[in-house]
Amino acid sequence: MINLTINGTPVAAEEGTTILEAARQIGIEIPTLCYMNKINAIGACRMCVVEVKNARFNVASCVYPVAEGMEVFTNSERIAKARKTTLELILSNHRMDCLTCVRSQNCELQALAKSLGVDKVRYQTDDLKAQPEASMPHLVRDNSKCILCRRCAAVCRENQAVACIGANDRGFATHISCAFDRNLADSPCVSCGQCIAACPTGALTERDQTQEVWDAIADPKKHVVVGTAPSVRVTLGECFGEPVGTNVEGKMFAALRRLGFDGVFDVDVTADLTIMEEANEFISRVKNGGTLPLMTSCSPGWVNYVERYYPQFIPNLSSCKSPQQMFGALMKTYYAEKEGIDPNDIFVVTIMPCTAKKYEALHNDSAVKGLPDVDVALTTRELGRMIERAGLMFGSLPDEEADPAFGEASGAGVIFGATGGVMEAALRTAVEKLTGETLPNVEFGGVRGVAGLKEATYDVAGMKVSVAVASGTANAKKLMEMVISGEKQYHFIEIMGCPGGCVNGGGQPFQPMSLKNFTDVRETRAKTVYEMDMGNKYRKSHDTPMIKKLYEDYLGEPGSHKAHEVLHTGYHEVEKYPDVKG
Amino acid sequence: MPNTKTVVPFAATPEQMERLDGVIARHKGQPGAAMPILQEAQEIFGYLPEEVQLKVADALGLSLSEIYGVVSFYTQFSVNPKGKKQVAVCLGTACYVKGAADILERVENKIGCKAGSITQDGAFSVDATRCIGACGLAPVMTVDGDVYGRLQPDEVDGILEKYMA
Repeated sequence: MINLTINGTPVAAEEGTTILEAARQIGIEIPTLCYMNKINAIGACRMCVVEVKNARFNVASCVYPVAEGMEVFTNSERIAKARKTTLELILSNHRMDCLTCVRSQNCELQALAKSLGVDKVRYQTDDLKAQPEASMPHLVRDNSKCILCRRCAAVCRENQAVACIGANDRGFATHISCAFDRNLADSPCVSCGQCIAACPTGALTERDQTQEVWDAIADPKKHVVVGTAPSVRVTLGECFGEPVGTNVEGKMFAALRRLGFDGVFDVDVTADLTIMEEANEFISRVKNGGTLPLMTSCSPGWVNYVERYYPQFIPNLSSCKSPQQMFGALMKTYYAEKEGIDPNDIFVVTIMPCTAKKYEALHNDSAVKGLPDVDVALTTRELGRMIERAGLMFGSLPDEEADPAFGEASGAGVIFGATGGVMEAALRTAVEKLTGETLPNVEFGGVRGVAGLKEATYDVAGMKVSVAVASGTANAKKLMEMVISGEKQYHFIEIMGCPGGCVNGGGQPFQPMSLKNFTDVRETRAKTVYEMDMGNKYRKSHDTPMIKKLYEDYLGEPGSHKAHEVLHTGYHEVEKYPDVKG
Repeated sequence: MPNTKTVVPFAATPEQMERLDGVIARHKGQPGAAMPILQEAQEIFGYLPEEVQLKVADALGLSLSEIYGVVSFYTQFSVNPKGKKQVAVCLGTACYVKGAADILERVENKIGCKAGSITQDGAFSVDATRCIGACGLAPVMTVDGDVYGRLQPDEVDGILEKYMA
């Protein structure tokens, strides 16, 4: 152990600990902007500077390791002045339209300005204009608000193995952009939105589509239905100050009803349906010598990644549409028929933890010819904004349920929200179908947890089934390379585009990096997801009355002709740089 | 942000591509291989076309953006080829205070491309250079190796027209 003092308080820290971490041990929070635990420790923003006795300069505590006998001061006048001046210089080149910025009151830069006592702007760049880049359906970048912390580039490179954005040019001209300053739409971006979740300011935001939804709700001709993804119910509360991991399912449905949606439904139901179709696809591929390993296709970030980076695995992708697309497809077919509504008048909104879902909604899936399955996919954050605009006091709302017309879901549907959840849900159904027996224990612990790569082998009806689970496309890449080299062989692989799965999706509520650096919000949110599964009266997708009804009344059986028409889709290779011919 | 890709179509000889393969093979696996590969690639092609950067990126398991980040950081790298005739305007301190910025603007307007880039037909490229050591003649520009000093902006068009014939 290394012994040092911080602000006069003795601290014993392990060798290799940074001053930032050591200070944290004794309850001192040093401000940071560019620092991301394990992902981006570059000491660039200089917000975390501290004074070390006898050192010539202030040091960046996020990268400076502790040393024996070190005397650190985190809060001296010299440090307060240094941080404040640095922040003022950062602000000098930041377009401060805070009053109208979507990140206002949720902005790490704004929060720092307040806590460091920056109460006036001493330096200001003349004429800093908005520079919106909105070539992608899911994201808007405005470099006039970028502070060059590089957190976006770091997650894109380290967690996602995409690295389609980075710092271009040098010195004052440095800016975050794609190679050759091409548009994001002309790059192999997978739309995961992890860059947005990493951005401390309003430089990266999702494309806000809330007005489209308000307009639809206000249109008396339209029958507007909404469905919520599994993970949204464990994160939406964070938009209203609830602790991370609070289950707000009941208030979420109550809020949606009060926003004026004509039908309030649960995408967990189509998560169950995905399991029915996917388990069936798995069994049929195993029995008929189809392409293995089967790979899940419910994460559009991952599907985009396969289409761009591993097109050779397109035949491995499950042909099942994602729960979002199945939901939209059934709304415009089954639900429209049952309720006697013209599908042209049905407007399908989904609430997703995800920005890639906006991209997916534009995919040419259409169960009804000429109509998109999903009209608008909103992120959890956008729903939060709608609730705010409507003046709903979220904490005071009663707990309500989804409308009965589209039934209730199983716990297997809920766990889709966490990495490993789809695999576990699929195993619950596939194993019972294969063995014809009831599972004594429905929990598959081997595929749970936030680890980026997991594998397990199960004995199923005399066959050893090996499965793997990866989250974050950088981990997916590692897994694909092992499969390609033959080092690993699996029957079934689940991949989520975002690290930790949907609970950590690019569309989830912002939490400041000061929290995420020291608390694994993925774990906290996932814990609630599994608790909800445990408390559900149905644990297996094939057990719910709604699923039985859907097959009896409409789809026939899993994999039927009708099911294929409505619930399945296809994929195609996308060249990374089609305009560059070597 | 306008795309910074050059307007000149990429045309490489099989011999150049073969040399590039050799360079990549020689450095691949070394730590920090990108820099020497890019330097030698620029010697082969005279600049670093997007096609070459993509090839280097793929070979090193990096993204095009990561390679471009390096290329755009260092002034020694160019993403534009040089024109058949090269115009350079000195932006050193002496030339600058003597009005080189106005000279450069006239050059860019007359040639029809910005400093650091090339005309679509590849006939001219324009560069803004650091001090070329002819401060006594400030402001200075060079065209195809010929030096023009003590320039007035109005003289620029006439000088360039001689080379456009």
